[in-house]
Amino acid sequence: MNSLYSELQWLLPVPKDFSDRLKALDNSSGPLGSELRALAQYGLSLNQLTKLAKAIARAKSDGKSLDPLVPFRLAVLSNSTIDLMVPALVASAARRGIALEVIQPSYDQVAQEALTPDSKVNSSRPDAVLFALDYRALPLKLSLGDSEGSAATVEGVIGYLQALRDGIKKHSNAVCIFQSFAPPVETLFGSLDRALPGSTRSLIDGINRELAELVLRSGDVLLDVAGLAETVGLANWHDTQLWNLAKFSFSDELIPLYCDHVARVVAALRGKSGKVLVLDLDNTVWGGIIGDDGLEGIKIAQGDAIGEAHLAVQRMALDLRRRGIVLAVSSKNTDEVARAPFEQHPEMLLKLDHIAVFQANWNDKATNIQAIAEELSLGLDSIVFLDDNPVERGLVRKLLPQVAVPELPEDPSAYARTLAAGGYFEAVTLAAEDLKRASFYQDNAKRASLQRQAGGVDAYLASLEMTITFQPFDGKGRARIVQLINKSNQYNLTTRRYTEPEILELECDPTVFTLQVRLADIFGDNGMISVVICRPAGNEKWEIDTWLMSCRVLGRKVEHMVLRKIVEHAHAAGVHKLIGTYRPTERNKLVVDHYAKLGFNKVREEESGLTEWELLIEGTTDWEGVPMEVVSTGFAIGAEAPVS
Amino acid sequence: MDESDIYARLTEIFEDVFDDDSITATPALSAKDVDGWDSLTHIRLILTVEKAFKVKFSTSEIGKMETVGDLVTLIKARV
Repeated sequence: MNSLYSELQWLLPVPKDFSDRLKALDNSSGPLGSELRALAQYGLSLNQLTKLAKAIARAKSDGKSLDPLVPFRLAVLSNSTIDLMVPALVASAARRGIALEVIQPSYDQVAQEALTPDSKVNSSRPDAVLFALDYRALPLKLSLGDSEGSAATVEGVIGYLQALRDGIKKHSNAVCIFQSFAPPVETLFGSLDRALPGSTRSLIDGINRELAELVLRSGDVLLDVAGLAETVGLANWHDTQLWNLAKFSFSDELIPLYCDHVARVVAALRGKSGKVLVLDLDNTVWGGIIGDDGLEGIKIAQGDAIGEAHLAVQRMALDLRRRGIVLAVSSKNTDEVARAPFEQHPEMLLKLDHIAVFQANWNDKATNIQAIAEELSLGLDSIVFLDDNPVERGLVRKLLPQVAVPELPEDPSAYARTLAAGGYFEAVTLAAEDLKRASFYQDNAKRASLQRQAGGVDAYLASLEMTITFQPFDGKGRARIVQLINKSNQYNLTTRRYTEPEILELECDPTVFTLQVRLADIFGDNGMISVVICRPAGNEKWEIDTWLMSCRVLGRKVEHMVLRKIVEHAHAAGVHKLIGTYRPTERNKLVVDHYAKLGFNKVREEESGLTEWELLIEGTTDWEGVPMEVVSTGFAIGAEAPVS
Repeated sequence: MDESDIYARLTEIFEDVFDDDSITATPALSAKDVDGWDSLTHIRLILTVEKAFKVKFSTSEIGKMETVGDLVTLIKARV
């Protein structure tokens, strides 16, 4: 048997003090979730999984909290003996951050449980029902060489599964998890069985295909047991003695693997899957050390066995990115040395464009991974860290236990396979947004890192290639204007709230000057980000009644551009003076100096903290250059002339 | 491997399978003496023994096994 799979070798070997640590839990009172999860991170055997599950059961019966494990109720319907599996499921779920409760009805009561409204399963209101059926549960009538008969058999089986599903949906509305079927090893003709309609093998092929379609159509979930059995080999999967002795539908040695796969699906249903792959570079993404071996010395070429092993890692990373997994780099290197292969090596599949966050420096990797998580605004528990170096892996596991760190073998040939075997990125559906996610996070990270790198704020702002768009209030913007006026608290000078009819009134009043402001940059459209209302205050004065801005665009000099626009229109309207007011609230400290920074003079201050400011329109034409393209639309003709 | 080594190793296995380190493997020990030694735990015990001693028992041998002494006889015949 391939020990990668039967011994879960992407996990650490079980430490000697495993049992002692389990026992210590009995004397601990605090929430046990984190330590239980830590104890589940090893390649536990069936006996060890059973012990861990017992410790969890003891903690529960003592009324101890399992936080931060997330509760999940799973009913298991099966035609085989699952008693030994139940504790293994509970322990494997803890590995993925789930506090699993298993509802287990009597042996082989699948249809009764699914179809009876008040059955044990239906009345226990599970979150999901796992149909842990194997081929022996199906009415497989051989109809050798008979296509029609064979199609009817497949249809009958799918109809049966569909009826089970409908029963569960109707009576408890749980998510249904179906298993594909692992065919038996034995053939009748030999190779012909695969081709011949009505043979066991071709019937099961047909059932698996139809079941996959059913699941895609219905929004249920598939657990690909057939794929799992193929991976380890059918002869390893099926144990005839154990079936005869105790009705085990597959080998006891594969229970840990199977249970880990169930736990992955359950965790994915709770949104607990990896979203980011953080890659080490030297001896992970390429063979050798770029700092020592140089561009010519590192191994990534086709035709070189070591090079191909690392190319396989790159290919997998690239494919993962294609399905929405964000890629990042954490390498102990000088930044430009680490970037050189991405920019210059012709055999590199990964390019800098694919990497959302590139951390090459001499900090420890835990610090770097934390920085990556922050830059992407994603939790540490969504990060998977791939590194050939056991010391780095150990450090990250110790300092950041939420990060998933696959154990890697010595030989890089198995890196990509080991990463895939770990199932860190399990998903139960594919949404269109998933495919775009990698580039979305990448855009956000780019903004943040540009800010740090660019020499000075203005260079950064220039690199954003912003376009600011000014319009007066109009019907299309009204809903968002009302929303901003009623929701903005921080960057809001007066915090005056207006209803939609009031905004409509302002829109139609020719004496009132209004602005809705939008901002786009190289990363995308930020939408409407600022709103201004100026009212005539007699004597060639405008009073700035409302000025607010979304905090998303803070520090972009948007307010300077807005003032420039107000002045331009005030000038055209023959206004000589702007009056601004700051009305303090509990939330708008941020803008206490707003008018001072824009060159207004303070003319009045109240005890409440309210301040009043003035700006003379004449003499404010000396604008500091702000690198932003300006678009103005919808203003009355004559007011479009730019301020010179 | 002599008999005492086998009993010592079995005691460790019992600890692992029954999650109870007070059990000592003796020739007369049987299912009725140990809490939680039901038919399924029996299977788990046999599977663990097979793995630990790298042996494989036949279906009829597993059926006939009643005491730890029976188990040791079978192991001795194979290792």
